[in-house]
Amino acid sequence: MYDAGKIIPGLIIFLIIITFPLWYSLGQSAPVLGYQVETPEIEQLEEKKCVESVSYMRASHMRLLDDWRNEVVRNSRRTYINTAGKTCEISLEETCFGCHTNKADFCDACHSSLNVEPDCWNCHSDPKESQL
Amino acid sequence: MTVNRRKFIGAGLLTLSGLVLLPTINVFAGIDKNKLPEGTVRWGMAVDMKVLATEGPKALEEAAAVCHRIHNVPEIEVEAEAVKWIWGELYEKSFADQKHPYLNEFFLDSLFPVLCNHCDNAPCVRVCPTGATFKREDGIVMMDYHRCIGCRYCMAACPFGARSFNFRDPHPYVKEPNSEYPLRQRGVVEKCNFCAERLAVGKQPACVEANDALVFGDLNDKTSNIWKLLNSRYSIRRRPELGTGPNIYYLV
Amino acid sequence: MLHKALSGDKNYWRWVTFLLVLIGLGVSSYLWQFRSGLTVTGLSRDVSWGLYIGQFTFLVGVAASAVMVVIPYYLHNQKEFGRVTVFGEFLAVSAVVMCMLFIIVDLGQPQRLLNILRYPTPNSVMFWDMVVLGGYLLLNILIGWNMLEAEWKDVPPPRWVKPLIYMSIPWAVSIHTVTGFLYAGLGGRPYWFTALTAARFLASAFAAGPALLIILCLIMNRVSRFEVDKQVLRKLVTVVTYAMVITVFFVLLEVFTCLYSQVPGHMLSLKHLFQIPYMWISALLAVGALVILLNRNSRNSSKALIGACIAVFVSLWLEKGLGFVVGGFVLTPFERVAAYMPTIPEMMISIGVWAIGLLILTILFKVAVTVKKESV
Repeated sequence: MYDAGKIIPGLIIFLIIITFPLWYSLGQSAPVLGYQVETPEIEQLEEKKCVESVSYMRASHMRLLDDWRNEVVRNSRRTYINTAGKTCEISLEETCFGCHTNKADFCDACHSSLNVEPDCWNCHSDPKESQL
Repeated sequence: MTVNRRKFIGAGLLTLSGLVLLPTINVFAGIDKNKLPEGTVRWGMAVDMKVLATEGPKALEEAAAVCHRIHNVPEIEVEAEAVKWIWGELYEKSFADQKHPYLNEFFLDSLFPVLCNHCDNAPCVRVCPTGATFKREDGIVMMDYHRCIGCRYCMAACPFGARSFNFRDPHPYVKEPNSEYPLRQRGVVEKCNFCAERLAVGKQPACVEANDALVFGDLNDKTSNIWKLLNSRYSIRRRPELGTGPNIYYLV
Repeated sequence: MLHKALSGDKNYWRWVTFLLVLIGLGVSSYLWQFRSGLTVTGLSRDVSWGLYIGQFTFLVGVAASAVMVVIPYYLHNQKEFGRVTVFGEFLAVSAVVMCMLFIIVDLGQPQRLLNILRYPTPNSVMFWDMVVLGGYLLLNILIGWNMLEAEWKDVPPPRWVKPLIYMSIPWAVSIHTVTGFLYAGLGGRPYWFTALTAARFLASAFAAGPALLIILCLIMNRVSRFEVDKQVLRKLVTVVTYAMVITVFFVLLEVFTCLYSQVPGHMLSLKHLFQIPYMWISALLAVGALVILLNRNSRNSSKALIGACIAVFVSLWLEKGLGFVVGGFVLTPFERVAAYMPTIPEMMISIGVWAIGLLILTILFKVAVTVKKESV
């Protein structure tokens, strides 16, 4: 092979780099995906229902938040009618964090284990820990 | 393909006019982006200089402090990187085009509140490449901090020096964060938002509540205080010759 | 053909290594800026654009100047320019890449850069600047590469390249006109707010760009013994001379309007701008360059010519690359004087971007010179 002295080591280095995600976390145990929804605020609710269904929220809460933010900031509309026909105020702080006060056990539990770093917290304050 | 010089120049001029035509139309269409539908609320603010004259020098400072506190405006000690939404400026600086040597002490020494003018025909709205700065239906020139790329074109375009840039992460510089309002991150431009979040729940802007000299209201509503004030007394605005249509009126 | 850039003599590799070191330093400075924010620069609330945008402004002009070698060959059939067009196009590629990099390093939120394309705003000149710069980059890559490849394979170039070449000529003018419009449309900045701005940009572009091209041709002659036709160089010198005369004339027009009208916005901006030493250096270099260029004897002497071209380039680099942007901000909307000096990290990042541009230039020019020497 012409220039084998350069090509073969080059190929090996390339393979090492390209398979980095596969071998880097070998031997590390995957953290258990568990989150805790219950908070004292949620316990106090009559109907333990979020703005949308759990399955929708799990899959698309970010899409909902994106739509919400455009509604408030760009269209100055602060009421949201969910798929069940109920109206609620569009507010991260009031509507979302009013119930979900446990960032560490709820938001971070999934995000950290899936290595997702939402940059919401660069600007938005963490939910206030339960006063109850 | 045979192209002689004449044909080329003809084609070139056509191309050039074609390239220029659409942007030109769009610029004029974009200017209309600033014009709002009739019958909507049009927010404006008036500064009653006569009332301002009776207040002490601290009054304006306190109003600015309230604004900065509830909006988590960082207090950067380096003056060059200061972030400010509303502050006091000397008359000869804020109305530099309207000063003369025969003004009395009030105009020479007092501080006048300056803030974003929420212009009718805002140049910052016109130049923003992403629409992160935009004109809302109620007249407020809003910032969408999620979309801002921090190019600072709006800062270059603003003739009033009303905008501030987050040169550094503001978090360490906000002493007592207000958890009901977000902070911003480093790398975006910010400015007064006419307390849009307070207007949404029927409150007055914080600076207006804190200072009697500031009057706020719907300029389209002929029964409002501000409309009556502007109708009965003469008022000046900053740099009106630029045609931006500022909505902060200073009643002399 | 890129593999031709992988073979070179010791000096070539020393130069490439030097550039890579500069790029490394620039990248690490940028990582610091990315983490800490633009506080590491000398920018301020009053002077919100500085070295980065200035360099971008200057380099758009250099990119546009490629048209000065394309027009004589494709519109006026001056055959001697045939050897040089590809170098103009490759210089344009390198300059446009640098322009885009300078914009990126200037952004407060560079990861959101694509918002300009996700949310197109036709009323913003900056949106159009991105569009025309992107288009110009694509044009010059396609044209330069295909023409060169055709020459290398000793076949006529593909037919679709010709219309692209003709399109690139008004497009080159448009990129710098649009960049001029960035500034010329802002009523609140009296130093920029004149129709002459776009014309000034084009004039200085057609002086600085060809001056750089002349210097590069002389370097290629020395380093790779690649002969550029004397006629070409002479005509480029003519372009530089006329463009420099017009540039200086335009500056004098500005000086008259500002100083005669004595309108504070205009007069004070100019006055405070010329309190900065590098503006006077720029002026002296411009005068010196014109003295050499307007005198036939010195114009034809190669040593004096190199001096004149360097003087033109540095003078306009100081004026457009820094002075012009600062001039718009030096008088704040509150009629205060604002000072600005780039910091070390800012300069390191700028040097890093220049090094990236010069590396791209080196690689492309190396390929072009090798192909052309082989095809003779």
